[in-house]
Amino acid sequence: MTYTATEMMTIAAARALRNDDVCFVGIGLPSAACNVARLTHAPAVTLIYESGTIATKPNVLPLSIGDGELCETALTTVSVPEMFRYWLQGGRITVGFLGGAQVDRYGNLNSTVIGSYRRPKVRLPGAGGATEICASCGRVFIVMRQDARAFVSRLDFITTLGHGPTGRERRALGLATAGPVLLVTDLCTFEPEPETKEFVVTALHPGITCQQVRENTGWPVRFALELGETPAPTAHELETLRELNARTARAHGEAAAK
Amino acid sequence: MGSFGKLSEAIAGLVRDGDTVALEGFTHLIPFAAGHEIIRQKRRELTLIRMTPDLLYDQMIGAGCARKLIFSWGGNPGVGSLHRLRDAVENSWPQPLEIEEHSHAAMANAYAAGASGLPCAIFRGYQGVDLPVVNSNIRLVTCPFTGESLACVPAHRPDVAIIHAQKADRQGNVLLEGIVGVQKEAVLAARRSLVTVEEVVDDFGPRSPNAIILPAWVVTAVVVVPGGARPSYAHGYYSRDNSFYVSWDAIAKDRGKFQEWMGQNVLRPA
Repeated sequence: MTYTATEMMTIAAARALRNDDVCFVGIGLPSAACNVARLTHAPAVTLIYESGTIATKPNVLPLSIGDGELCETALTTVSVPEMFRYWLQGGRITVGFLGGAQVDRYGNLNSTVIGSYRRPKVRLPGAGGATEICASCGRVFIVMRQDARAFVSRLDFITTLGHGPTGRERRALGLATAGPVLLVTDLCTFEPEPETKEFVVTALHPGITCQQVRENTGWPVRFALELGETPAPTAHELETLRELNARTARAHGEAAAK
Repeated sequence: MGSFGKLSEAIAGLVRDGDTVALEGFTHLIPFAAGHEIIRQKRRELTLIRMTPDLLYDQMIGAGCARKLIFSWGGNPGVGSLHRLRDAVENSWPQPLEIEEHSHAAMANAYAAGASGLPCAIFRGYQGVDLPVVNSNIRLVTCPFTGESLACVPAHRPDVAIIHAQKADRQGNVLLEGIVGVQKEAVLAARRSLVTVEEVVDDFGPRSPNAIILPAWVVTAVVVVPGGARPSYAHGYYSRDNSFYVSWDAIAKDRGKFQEWMGQNVLRPA
């Protein structure tokens, strides 16, 4: 089956989740990936959204983090202060799944401003839950479309700490959690080197060249010595994702018609 | 004590120019009707608190109600930017907007601290990031027992909290359920509060296990406003108008289109 780069990205990201993970899900690309995981190889994965919905099993993807679908299909729903205090800060979540507007080579994220904070060129939405999700979840996966404007050598603003501006700050601060351990894009998969924490390309998606990755990365990107190739999406993975997207389009269309 | 008066009278009595106001509701139960009444009554110089400003604060900011915004995520969920918020921050239109920016964890903790009668909230957060550089209300405290450095922000103590809920009973007790967000904390943190509800019932009857009840004596006023959360949603009553959230992008992008839409849909007396 043929597939798009976005489908490859979503499916590659989905594969990182395990059945025994308890995952704090960001809206958009992370939400699609997490639900594909739940509908394929990880049916028992626990998905948590910051609106307070715990162990939710949405039949369609939410447009917003607090859609009714998430509450109706959840094991339970708690208040937002409880979610951030007992569940996230309390250390009960194994994986945070995040997107972002900009990322650097150490997995730090900017979703606040392009340009200066006081006189921004572009004002982005801001931190939301990401800052503490990235600090308190056991480990963090990032999924983002890759281009040289989003994958930058220096962030204008650190909204969310990955491994720190030089790769050493997270460890120096004494955070007990692993931070970003995986970055999945529409071109490839990055993982941090164990010592430097610099994200290096560990696998190219099928048909993607190193040159394409270089052209779409704003820092001098490095490749792992044993560079792998991401297995192409299986028919089952693709069908699951496409059915989910079709159900979502129908549901949001129907909700709109009411 | 519940009063069941008119929305216009409740807003006139509870919201004053210069007040710090929190209209809360996390995607669910956003009190649009009450916010629109604030716009119609031309309240000015408000400090608006809300975790996710959403379309409602985009409208209030674009209408010139706000002097300052305290928030943690200012986007149109799943769609993109809040263009009126951006225009105010980037171009001072229709007037300059001071922003005090936090993370969700900080905002949620600040409401809980306000509801608890504490001056500040303490939590583990903000390590190694830039928000404390641009927001002097983010400080550090040292735990006296362990020596751990923890984040500290002022408690939210709004002059007025406004929320929308599913039901009130005849005594003015309020019930909300589904995604309950920070509304209980916002009401308990505020000096005055207004709850708009879908309906008044004789008895709440069977409730879902996570139903939140706000006793009448913690609520200043209750007003019946069916559909008062549209285009957000009220669990059990109506669903979120996702297509309106999508179409807001084009309306809000252009100052003229925004003003025309507001004139036709908000400024006309309800």
